[in-house]
This record gives sequence, structure tokens and C-alpha cells, in this order.
Amino acid sequence: MLSVQNVTAGYEQSVVLENVSINAQKGAVTAVLGRNGVGKTTLIKSIIGLIKPMAGKIEWEDEDITSLPPEERVRKGIGYVPQGREIFSTLTVEENLLLGFEALSKKVNPAQILAEIYELFPILKEMLHRKGGDLSGGQQQQLAIARALIGQPKLLLLDEPMEGIQPSIVQLIRDVIVKIAKEKMVGIVLVEHSLDLAFSCADYFYIFDRGTVVAQGRVSETNMNDIQQFLTV
Amino acid sequence: MSVVITQVFNGFSLGSILLFVAIGLAVTFGLMGVINMAHGELIMVGAYMTYVVQQIFAKYAPQSMGYYFFIAIPVAFFVSALLGWGLEKILIRHLYHRPLDSLLATWGVSLILQQIARTIFGAPNVAVLPPEWLDGGVRIAGVVFPYKRLFILVFVILSIFALYIYLTKTPAGRRIRAVTLNRDMASCLGISTRKVDAYAFAIGSGFAGLAGCALTLLGPIGPTIGTYYIVDAFMVVILGGVGKLIGTVLGAFGIGLVSTLMEYSTSATMAKVMMFALIIAFLQWKPSGLVSVKTRSLD
Repeated sequence: MLSVQNVTAGYEQSVVLENVSINAQKGAVTAVLGRNGVGKTTLIKSIIGLIKPMAGKIEWEDEDITSLPPEERVRKGIGYVPQGREIFSTLTVEENLLLGFEALSKKVNPAQILAEIYELFPILKEMLHRKGGDLSGGQQQQLAIARALIGQPKLLLLDEPMEGIQPSIVQLIRDVIVKIAKEKMVGIVLVEHSLDLAFSCADYFYIFDRGTVVAQGRVSETNMNDIQQFLTV
Repeated sequence: MSVVITQVFNGFSLGSILLFVAIGLAVTFGLMGVINMAHGELIMVGAYMTYVVQQIFAKYAPQSMGYYFFIAIPVAFFVSALLGWGLEKILIRHLYHRPLDSLLATWGVSLILQQIARTIFGAPNVAVLPPEWLDGGVRIAGVVFPYKRLFILVFVILSIFALYIYLTKTPAGRRIRAVTLNRDMASCLGISTRKVDAYAFAIGSGFAGLAGCALTLLGPIGPTIGTYYIVDAFMVVILGGVGKLIGTVLGAFGIGLVSTLMEYSTSATMAKVMMFALIIAFLQWKPSGLVSVKTRSLD
């Protein structure tokens, strides 16, 4: 469904990703693992369109989207939850959620979509009129995921969604990820640096080191101990 | 007592005019961060549009002259908005994040627009006759409140209220706020940031047109009317705090009241100098202006 082919990308003069190819499938969780600074976020930003690759091609549903701006990729069904959440801090929770509908061009029933979202993240319903910036980190993370899900994405890019969040919410977010992948057949690209966490919910994995893929495979066929070496600092 | 009331009313009246010339700038400069030196000329365009509408009424519908102003308001808004939209599309969009370049380029645009106005309407000022129903005033406790001044006060309050509702309650306004807060994230939610930029700039320019429309009630208008107000407009937005409408409102009425007060005790020139000195001192103390955006930083 998503196919990143031989992408080289970076910032200004420095190349961060070199000749990277990955695939992500519908209804499956694809984990992207690696130490800090190996290019995981650069990969996600290239997929959503915030970074223009210097070489290579990104295909989405058999269409070349390499040169499309982010808004058009989002309208084609790619959702994005950035590292650091990027909630609109002076807008209310409700306004942040309503902005999620921008991704949908056709007429939808907002009430029904919002009801589903509140079921996944009950805390948001209680916080509707609070400013996004007043929420705790975990609440902001739920809001960011909810905002992306409202756009009914077919592929969801999650950049370290469990980073710096209390364990009970990590559990909640993990469950939501598995649920939307299995029940709504959403493809998920999950950037993580905790191997345990990634392996507890992913179907496929790619391990990055120094800007390239150094290991990949099915989670069910891989022994965690064999790949530990790529992740220890 | 009546002196105090008169001075306070004059202060509010001056404040309402300052607020009017600053509303549009609160959007283009305050929210979008564009230093648009041609803002004053967008005000001028609004003023001349009012003049044009009046001339048309005088020629083709003299019997309904009393209502020309209500046609002039939307005409001024839309012509200025259209001009602002074109300006954004052709020039300003290439100059985002280059404040010095956009300052120079828009100053050039302002000179061009002034010359165009001179070519079309001539260099001398032209008079717009206010509608007859705005002549005179209401007398309360021995003080006369001119209808024109009251009308501008009401007009500006309605305008700022409309802008506030537009920005906070409509999807289009929400898009504008999202793009100004975090452009990348807004585009990653499917918002076309280019369209929003052009749209927001057009709205800000439209409000400049409304200001021009209101200014015709106060006296004759000329090609350089905008340059009288551009500095004041920037001053109001900066003093109020960039990015907050309520700050612009407080800034405008604050400057209005304080300068009328000082004008009463000194001279007009002296008052202007003191006003500037006060504002500079205030901004040294509070660099972000009267109202600053406060939220818990993203952790």
C-alpha cells in the first residue's frame, strides 16, 4: 500500500537517510526501530511530505506521491501524528479535533466520527473546552492521535507516540493502535525506540542505523535477542 | 464635569478611528506577520470606493442618496479585499519570512497605488458628503455627541465583533488560526496553507477598506490619506500585543484616551511626541505588548 523506494533525504547539505526502502500494509502495524538520530523522524517526514527526498520515490496506492505537498497526501488518506504532538496550544481541544475534519473532502457525519473518537479516548470528551496547551503530555498525545484519526486515514504515521508518557496511557495508546489496525484495517507505521513495546503490537519491523535499514522482518518469526545488538547504546 | 465627559468621549472617538485603521493590520501583521506598508493605501482604496459609490448615487439615484453609505461599505470591503488578495498572490507570498524585503516591496506598492489614485482622481483631496442623517448630534447633559463619531464607534465595534466571530466560530477562521500557529502541522491535517494565506490577507485588506469607508465621514480624502494612518496602525497592533484581537482593541482605546488627555493639557504636537515616548517606554517594560499569549508550554 505504501512503498518507499530507495529514498535519500536530509536537511540542507547533510544526508540523514540513505537509499531507504520500506513497505507498509493495510491492517498491519509496521514498526520502525532504531537509536536516536538514525533517521526515523526524517523517514516519517518524507512520507508525509514535510521533507522533499533528494532521490528515490514514494508510492501510495500505486500512485507516485513524491512531489505532492503534505495537504494532498493527507487528503489521499495518510494521517500523521508528529513527534512532540504539535497540538495547537491556544486552540481548544474541540477546535483541535474539528481541524481533523479538514482531511475529509466528502460530506461526512461529524457526530458519528466524534462519538467513535470519544469511545477510544474518553478523557477528550471531558476536556473539550480546555486549551490544547493546558493538557498534560499524555492527554495531548491522545488528542494528536484522535485528531489524525478523525480524518479517517488508511495509513497512520505515528512518530514516537509513547515517548515520555505515563505507563497507563502507553497501554491505552498501544491498545488503540492494535484496535484500529485490526478492526478498521488501517495501516500503521510506528516509530519507536523501545523494542519490547514495538514487538508487543507490531507485525513487521525495520531497524535503522546510521540512515539505512540494517534489519527487517516479521515480528512473529524473529527472536528479539538477535536484533537487540542494533538498539543498545 | 462636561469637560471631562467631552475629553473621554473624544478619547473613545479617536480610539475608534485608530482601532478601525488597525483591525486589518491585526490580521495581516498581527496574525500573519507580514509587514505590509501598503496597508494605508488599502484604506485609501476603501475611501475612494466610498467616493465612487457616492458619485454614482448622485448621478443615477439622487433620491436615495441617504442610503449610499450602506452600499459603499460592502463595495469598499470587497474591492480592498480583492486588491489584497492579488497583492498576496503576486508579491507577498514570495516574501514570507523575509520581513525587510516585504517592507520595501510593499512600500513600493504603496507608492504605486498612491500614484494610481492621483492619476484617476487627481492630486487634490475630494470630499465625500456624509449622509444627511449623520448630521448633527445628540445632546446629553450639556455635551454634544456628534452622530458621525457615534456611528464610527458603533461601526468599529460591529466590525471587530464580526472579525472575532469569523476567526473563532467559523471553519475558515479556525483554519487561519491553525495556519498562523503551526503552518507545517496545519498542512499535515489537510489544510491548504497557500489558500489560507491568500484568504487571510484578503480579509485583513477588506477591513482596511472598511476603515477607509469610515474615514470619509471625518473629512476630505486624498491619495496620501493612508500614510497619515499607517504608523498609528502599526503602533496600535504592536502596543496591543501581536496576535491578539483584544490587545488591538485595548491598544487603540488606550492610545486614544491618553493622547486626548495629553492634547488637552499640552499641544497636539507635544502630545504626539509624549505618546510615542510612553509607548517606547512601555514596550521596554513589556516587549510583548498589553496582551501576550499565555499557555503552558508544550511539554
